Amino acid sequence: MLKLQNVQTFYGNIQALKDVTIQISEGEIVSLIGSNGAGKSTTLMAICGIVPPRSGEILFMGQPITHMEPDRIVSLGICQVPEGRRIFPHLSVLENLDMGAFLRKDRSQIKRDMEYLFELFPLLAQRRHQAGGTLSGGEQQMLAISRALMARPKLLLLDEPSLGLAPLIVKRTFEIVRKINTENKTTIFLVEQNANLALKVAARGYVMENGRITLTDSSENLLANEGVKKAYLGF
Amino acid sequence: MDYFLGLFLGGLTRGSIYALIALGYTMVYGIIELINFAHGEIYMIGAFTALIVISVLTLMGMNTIAILVIAGVIAVVYSSAYGYTLEKIAYKPLRAAPRLSALISAIGMSLFLQNYVLLAQTSDFLPFPNLVPDFEFMEPYAHIIGSAEIVILITTAIVMILLTILIKFTNIGKAMRAASQDKTMALLVGINVNRVISFTFVVGSATAAIGGVLIASHIGMINFYIGFIAGIKAFVAAVLGGIGSIPGAVLGGFVLGWTESFATGYISSDYEDVFAFLFLVLILIFRPQGILGRSDKHKA
Ligand SMILES: Nc1ncnc2c1ncn2[C@@H]1O[C@H](COP(=O)(O)OP(=O)(O)O)[C@@H](O)[C@H]1O
Ligand SMILES: [Mg+2]
Repeated sequence: MLKLQNVQTFYGNIQALKDVTIQISEGEIVSLIGSNGAGKSTTLMAICGIVPPRSGEILFMGQPITHMEPDRIVSLGICQVPEGRRIFPHLSVLENLDMGAFLRKDRSQIKRDMEYLFELFPLLAQRRHQAGGTLSGGEQQMLAISRALMARPKLLLLDEPSLGLAPLIVKRTFEIVRKINTENKTTIFLVEQNANLALKVAARGYVMENGRITLTDSSENLLANEGVKKAYLGF
Repeated sequence: MDYFLGLFLGGLTRGSIYALIALGYTMVYGIIELINFAHGEIYMIGAFTALIVISVLTLMGMNTIAILVIAGVIAVVYSSAYGYTLEKIAYKPLRAAPRLSALISAIGMSLFLQNYVLLAQTSDFLPFPNLVPDFEFMEPYAHIIGSAEIVILITTAIVMILLTILIKFTNIGKAMRAASQDKTMALLVGINVNRVISFTFVVGSATAAIGGVLIASHIGMINFYIGFIAGIKAFVAAVLGGIGSIPGAVLGGFVLGWTESFATGYISSDYEDVFAFLFLVLILIFRPQGILGRSDKHKA
């Protein structure tokens, strides 16, 4: 479904991604783990067309999207919940969700999707007229995921969804990620520093160090790998 | 009392013109954090366009109100085209450059457009016909407020209401707000941010052109330089209200209009233009975010 081939990305003269090759099939949950500054967020921004690669190729369902405009990429069905969630702080919860559905035209279906999400997250329904910036971290997380789902993505990119959240909310988030994957058949690419969590929900994963993919294997094998244990699992 | 009321309404009229122009500054700043110094010139071009259209239509012997409306519409279209082009050639290529570059480009465009009109038209003041007839029903109040001022107030009110609806309830309006809060996130939900920026310039130019036509017909003459002083005052209004805030621009316009009006009425008209700058200095010292401005706006 998604294929990155020898992708190289630069910020000015600094190379952030070196020869990155990643492949994700339809219906999978795949994780990308690595420490802070490894290049995980840059990988997602490259896929979304925010930081286009200098060389290499990105294919989505066989179509090259390497140098496509971000809005075209969204319209093909790729959506990202970025690091830090980036809720529009002065837009209401409803307006944030509207923005998630920005490229859709099917009004009645949009309304139904919104009702569905409000059922899933009753707290959001209660706060629908409140500004996004006034929500708690956990509520913002639910809103960020809902906003992405409003676009009905085929591929959902999640950047460190566990970051800065209470354990209970992290647990809930990962339950929802699993639910989205099984119920909506949405393919998920999950970026995490918390390797333990990520490898439990994903079937397989990639390890990134200094802008390079250094290892890829099934989650089971990665969890058992001595190097991964030392570097990312804390024992 | 009538004197006070007269000054109050005069200030309101003046302030609503400042507000119409200030809206363009504040909307553009809200979305690309650039003070568009050429904005006053867009307003001036609106006034010139209207004058040319009016001259032609008057020769054809049309009804004056119809002339004013047609001239207004053409001025709006023309100014919007200038605003759109201005952004595309002078600001868009500098989007990734340091902010000072875009600012210098803005000042350059301002000077360029002034001199372009100076050469293409004239350096003299040109008379601008007053096309608003004295309404009969206004006669009892004529010592407080004139018909032209009523037309200005009503037009401004309509423009503000339409703009509020546009920004609060339409998809493009929500996209404008989203892009001004977080451009990367706006891209990630599929908003074409370049298009939103162009649209912002078009809307801001349109309101400036409406202001230009209204004030020109009220004051009765124009030249290539009118955009400069009106632009500075509208800029003060925008900063006063809190640059980036749309209600702030309107409030700032009114506050500046009233101050000028009362100061001229009760103190002396010699100092009329001083107040705008006095305000600018005071606000920058004591409340740099303006009356309604948000100091938290510029996060990552
Ligand atoms: N906007 C940027 N400008 C310059 N350098 C950046 C930018 N964003 C990230 N970087 C650099 O690129 C590298 C990878 O960053 P990032 O992709 O955010 O890592 P991760 O998400 O794995 O923590 C880091 O060295 C970081 O400092
Ligand atoms: Mg990151």
